[in-house]
Amino acid sequence: MSNLTLEAIELTRLFGGREAVKNVSFHLEKGEVLGFLGPNGAGKSTTMRMLTGNLAPSIGTVKICGIDIIENPKEAKALIGYLPEMRPLYKELTVDEFLTIAARLHKVSSNHIKKAVEIAKQKCGLTHMSKRLIENLSNGYQQRVAIAQAIIHNPLVLILDEPTVGLDPIQIREIRELIREIGQKHSVILSTHILPEVEMVCDRVQIIDKGNLVFHGSIDELKQHRQGNKLMAGFSKAPAMSVLKNIDGVTKVEKVDTDMYRIHFKNKQSPSEAIVKLSVKNRWGLYQIAPDQTSLEDVFVQLTEKKQTN
Amino acid sequence: MILNIARKELKSLFASPMGWTILALLMALLGNFYLTGVNKYFEVMSGAVRPAERVGVTIFVGQTVFGIARYIMLFSVPLLTMRLISEERRNQTLPFLFSAPISLTEIVLGKFVGLIIFLSILIVYIFMMLTTLNIWADIDFGYLMANSFGLWLLLGSFSALGIYFSSLTKQPIIAAILSFISLFALIFLESMFASDPNHWFAYISLMKHFQSFSRGMIDTADLVYFFLFISTFLILTIRRLDAERLRG
Repeated sequence: MSNLTLEAIELTRLFGGREAVKNVSFHLEKGEVLGFLGPNGAGKSTTMRMLTGNLAPSIGTVKICGIDIIENPKEAKALIGYLPEMRPLYKELTVDEFLTIAARLHKVSSNHIKKAVEIAKQKCGLTHMSKRLIENLSNGYQQRVAIAQAIIHNPLVLILDEPTVGLDPIQIREIRELIREIGQKHSVILSTHILPEVEMVCDRVQIIDKGNLVFHGSIDELKQHRQGNKLMAGFSKAPAMSVLKNIDGVTKVEKVDTDMYRIHFKNKQSPSEAIVKLSVKNRWGLYQIAPDQTSLEDVFVQLTEKKQTN
Repeated sequence: MILNIARKELKSLFASPMGWTILALLMALLGNFYLTGVNKYFEVMSGAVRPAERVGVTIFVGQTVFGIARYIMLFSVPLLTMRLISEERRNQTLPFLFSAPISLTEIVLGKFVGLIIFLSILIVYIFMMLTTLNIWADIDFGYLMANSFGLWLLLGSFSALGIYFSSLTKQPIIAAILSFISLFALIFLESMFASDPNHWFAYISLMKHFQSFSRGMIDTADLVYFFLFISTFLILTIRRLDAERLRG
């Protein structure tokens, strides 16, 4: 199992008797991007702090490439790049100075420091900001510096806590590309509130709520939750609901609007073709037909609420 | 790694005008006392007719400068140490250090060493300033060295205590006030117990141990005292930061 870059085994963290994270286990393989989702206060940041050795777990272990972070913190931490929720920037320094310090502290050998700084700046689009004081940079650029700091030593595992906060759409796209690029060779964990981002960037997703892992699976599994077997159809001269219901494969018909219907059907028996044919024959005036997608938000809410009722 | 942290601290100090300003102001102040010391020497010595009343110029000026230096530093070191950890905590930059492959001991020692290097610049300046007396007098270098070394150890103790108080709080100014009060107490413990100089309370006073240095003597007992003082507070700081990792 040399492909495992990160293992979290039964992590539990107590804060004064209250469990912030309960028995969370997961692992990460080389070349994977894992999305970490959850509502506010779910325990995302706490988990990430435990993964990076900033917080000791009450129970459980974290292993980076097989190295226990509690027993051998130095060796394990050398393999991690971490962007905390609050950017750790020394604002009195220039971008170059700060990145040089970051490289030095992460044990980049002294003759490679210059090169490492250049590469990190290039990847994060900071080359023209080298001599500026971090204090004077805009929010988005500060975020880029924080990301550059995390990738400067070419870490095997990159842990990003809400990396795209404060960035404009163009920057967000660049950063996503960067994450994808790093994710091909190394492993990335990122937490985010932006659900489409997860879909675009991540290979796997896990959702945490109130300290419990409520969903853990590939992005395709999450999409299945999302698509469901539903159609939205609009007719200008709508037929009776019973007529629609009698079409092969249809299980249920709901009226959404005056002439919009949501048609549920059996797995893999989409009635769309039949509906189109019937509509032409009977002049129902079909003007719209499309698969009905539950938004990721709905899936998210479903998953987090399901756990509560259990 | 310790040196890398120390370099980072020095960079932060000199990145803003603060580091330069502090050095310049302290030197201006001490230079002023040096000048008054020399002037006073002539005044006093011209009045001293009998040989027994005469004192060497090194001791006379040295005592003026080193005597005032420790009180000035009593005020300035807490202002320098206050930001070391509490400001990092306030600016949320501690995770940057904690997630780098460095141990807590290295972080704390690095910060301490960085500050000591900064303060050493000042001590070297004071030493050089006093050696200029050598141009027209024959001065006692041993006396100056012992005094400088004593001041260095004293500032090391101030710094270690200051770093500890800085690790306790998020507000730099609270750290400064706390370390100032405790240093003040530690320095004046001795005069509080002036009637009973062998009381154990007087023995822990910083000034008592500085005195042999200011007489030009290096006593191993005092060396051990300063060494223990510094290491106690540095270990307490490391423990405090470790507790943060464990308790959150």
